[in-house]
Amino acid sequence: MDIFLQQIINGLTTGSVYAIVALGYTMVYGVIQLINFAHGEVVMIGAMTAFTVIMAVVGLGLPLPPALIVLLGVLAAVPVCMAIGYTLERVAYRPLRHAPRLAPLITAIGMSIILQHLALLIWGRDPRAFPQIMENASFAIGGAAISTVQIAIILMSVVLMAGLTWFVYRTRFGIAIRATAEDVRVAALMGVDANRVIAATFVIGAGLGAIAGVMVGTYYGIAHYTMGFTLGLKAFSAAVLGGIGNLAGAMLGGIVLGLVEALGTGYIGDLTDLCRWPLVGGMLAERCEADGHAILFGSNYQDVFAFLVLILVLVFRPSGLLGERVSERA
Amino acid sequence: MNRKIVGIALIAIALLALPLVLTQVGTAWVRIANLAILFVFLSLGLNIVVGMAGLLDLGYIAFYAVGAYVYALLASPHFNLHLPFWVILPIGALVACVAGAVLGAPTLRLRGDYLAIVTLGFGEIVRIFMNNLSSPFNITNGPKGITRIDGLSVGSVNFSATDTLFGLSITGPAKYYYVLLLLLLLVIVVNLRLQKSRIGRAWVAIREDEVAAKAAGINTRNVKLLAFAMGASFGGVAGGMFAAMQGFVSPESFILNESIMVLAMVVLGGMGNVWGVIAGALLLSFVPEFLRYSVEPLQMALFGRMLVEPEVLRMLVFGIALVLTMRFRPAGLWPESRHKREMGQKP
Amino acid sequence: MSAVLLEARAIGKRFGGVQALKDVSLTIREKEIYGLIGPNGAGKTTFFNVLTGLYTRDTGDVLFAGQPLELGSPYVVAQAGIARTFQNIRLFGNMTALENVMVGRHVRTQAGVFGAIFRTRAQREEEAAIKRRADELLHYVGIAHRAGALAKHLSYGDQRRLEIARALATEPKLLALDEPAAGMNATETVALRQLIEGLRADGLTVLLIEHDVKLIMGLCDRVAVLDYGEKIAEDVPAIVQRDPKVVEAYLGGGAND
Repeated sequence: MDIFLQQIINGLTTGSVYAIVALGYTMVYGVIQLINFAHGEVVMIGAMTAFTVIMAVVGLGLPLPPALIVLLGVLAAVPVCMAIGYTLERVAYRPLRHAPRLAPLITAIGMSIILQHLALLIWGRDPRAFPQIMENASFAIGGAAISTVQIAIILMSVVLMAGLTWFVYRTRFGIAIRATAEDVRVAALMGVDANRVIAATFVIGAGLGAIAGVMVGTYYGIAHYTMGFTLGLKAFSAAVLGGIGNLAGAMLGGIVLGLVEALGTGYIGDLTDLCRWPLVGGMLAERCEADGHAILFGSNYQDVFAFLVLILVLVFRPSGLLGERVSERA
Repeated sequence: MNRKIVGIALIAIALLALPLVLTQVGTAWVRIANLAILFVFLSLGLNIVVGMAGLLDLGYIAFYAVGAYVYALLASPHFNLHLPFWVILPIGALVACVAGAVLGAPTLRLRGDYLAIVTLGFGEIVRIFMNNLSSPFNITNGPKGITRIDGLSVGSVNFSATDTLFGLSITGPAKYYYVLLLLLLLVIVVNLRLQKSRIGRAWVAIREDEVAAKAAGINTRNVKLLAFAMGASFGGVAGGMFAAMQGFVSPESFILNESIMVLAMVVLGGMGNVWGVIAGALLLSFVPEFLRYSVEPLQMALFGRMLVEPEVLRMLVFGIALVLTMRFRPAGLWPESRHKREMGQKP
Repeated sequence: MSAVLLEARAIGKRFGGVQALKDVSLTIREKEIYGLIGPNGAGKTTFFNVLTGLYTRDTGDVLFAGQPLELGSPYVVAQAGIARTFQNIRLFGNMTALENVMVGRHVRTQAGVFGAIFRTRAQREEEAAIKRRADELLHYVGIAHRAGALAKHLSYGDQRRLEIARALATEPKLLALDEPAAGMNATETVALRQLIEGLRADGLTVLLIEHDVKLIMGLCDRVAVLDYGEKIAEDVPAIVQRDPKVVEAYLGGGAND
């Protein structure tokens, strides 16, 4: 099997999901220059809601095609998450729009804890297994395999990204969003209802997050009340990598991060196998002969990559890959 | 003036007698009091970062973890090292301080939210390392954690055993109580003194308006870094005490929820106000205990089974406390005295 | 004629496609009240922000008191002896008036964490001196009676004065005021004028951005006019006032005399 190609495929899949979640962060940030800390939890609730609906539909035993069942899950998750996104904006952000910056960040953290533990109350502490309703066929390409779920996720992401781009650049409301992102006051003078636009970015981001949640759930076959935290952190890193506030940046950042993570996880074990390093390996000769390897950092460090990327971007290019320099906005 | 002295004396006597009284109820209560003091300690450390300097640190517990593991590694059979506590606690503070500075440096010139997310990530990374640094070299012993950590001991006095003094039997936890109380007193003094100093004013100025602080001649980067490193070293000391007191550390004790809890204590009590933060920390330390003793029996009585675990309820309380405080009482339940002075003439 | 205090040479600053400042050179002499005027968006505040290190400049350099001034870090500029106020007052709202001024002493004092924790003798003496000086400055600008009030609770005019006191606390050689009279009524403006003249009498050099033409013309020794980021005139007020380029800039080219 070609590990490199396989990791590229895996990276593209997770990267697509990161990109969709990152869009939620970046849209909100673009308009109000604040991080929506609870976004990861919205994604988690999307996955959980879809899971519940899918289980219920499967439980009915109707001869429905699997894709339709998943679609029903999505259709349930999207409005639920949108409602949560709207609530978030109304409760945690809008009342504090003129408060010091710290205040909305703290309420958002509070909301995220509340959402997480409400999910724990509803769905319990144990991971929920997504039912394997889709026959997950694999296709061989150049020594690697790509599954139908992976294809579906990548295609779906492309459609969502294209749709959002069309919406933001070609519709009246999209223009209002961009105007608000440029300058809230001027947009307001031009007759844009800033409150509506800001609420809309939360709602749209949450809707996208819901779909991303379903994608993750079907991909890993599992959903858990803590999944939103890590996913949110990674997607935020993706948004920063691409240049926060920039839609194309979030998409690019998501894909790049997915690839970095997949390739990193795929190779770090080999690279840090001390037995392959002559100098150190000599010292560990006994051990290397017994075990064959002495891996310093294995694939269990997978979640570290996103964070490393985040730190490196912040140090060397805080504006991200596609972002403009904003440091001088006094 | 005299009344003030009498008041302080009464509080001091009450604090000194507390463990003896609590021991009568049950040693478990002394342990709870000890943990509460430790959380007051942590909150005061975080208060420097969040309350005074206005830097949102969401991974504060990581520095607590660093301190705890430094202690565990240097005073346990794990590496067969048994250094005395007065050597380890400063080392723990220093390591945490360096970790804080290294982490803060890249983010402090950016907007506050970046710091928040980076610290959030850092907390997670520290946990991943604690869990996985057990192979190929066993440093942290993985999820199993490190056991049989040495307790504090001074000369022949072992803090983990029961001693009899003037006919009173003083248990191990009671002894730790007094040590913690002493440390807490030191931390309070340090906090109060910093608050009323040139550095403390610079921190508050940055919190209030960073651009104006710069223009007024403050090297904001260094001063923020200082706040971050100071807060981290407080966390390191608290972590060392935690390890000594429990005799056991594992990654489970240092999860995100703990960071959130400390943040909630600072926010609810009143950011920047030492006494408010202390009150907030005590209040939120006893909430879980209260829940444990009330919610379980109540639910059993009403529904015959547990619907909501106290642990979940605890986190919901913290989350709601964060949201409601910021919304309705952003200066906290016990605001800074600066604010209070002006309550009468609010516009 | 007195010695040159500040010499800005060919300062340029670009924001994206907008050339906010283009080769702006000007010279300010000691104990002078120097006015910087121009229509909205002419680049006055940008010049202030470059001069005080809040913005990095693209071209040019500044000589201050004979030394090259390292721009780009505000605290270094403050240390060199340039203090400023802001057009839209920026105080530390939740600190008292006194504390606001005490913060201004930061750059001239040095007590650190160690001194604060152990209350060393040096620290206590320095702290007392800081407070003394801050008290004096509150008296000087005339708001000593509000020392204990939170900055955000002061009246508008008092906030302006407090900002000046905070700037003075850094012991500047040059005080840069960004539209200090904005939003003030006639009485407050007269009082402000007296304050600025007092500052000069006490040996300070003042750089002033102002819209109030009457105030500028009555107060300033010399005036520079910016238009679209370029300096179009620099002279004593009486001459600048009659400069056709200046008249045109202000009246949009409609005036011919």
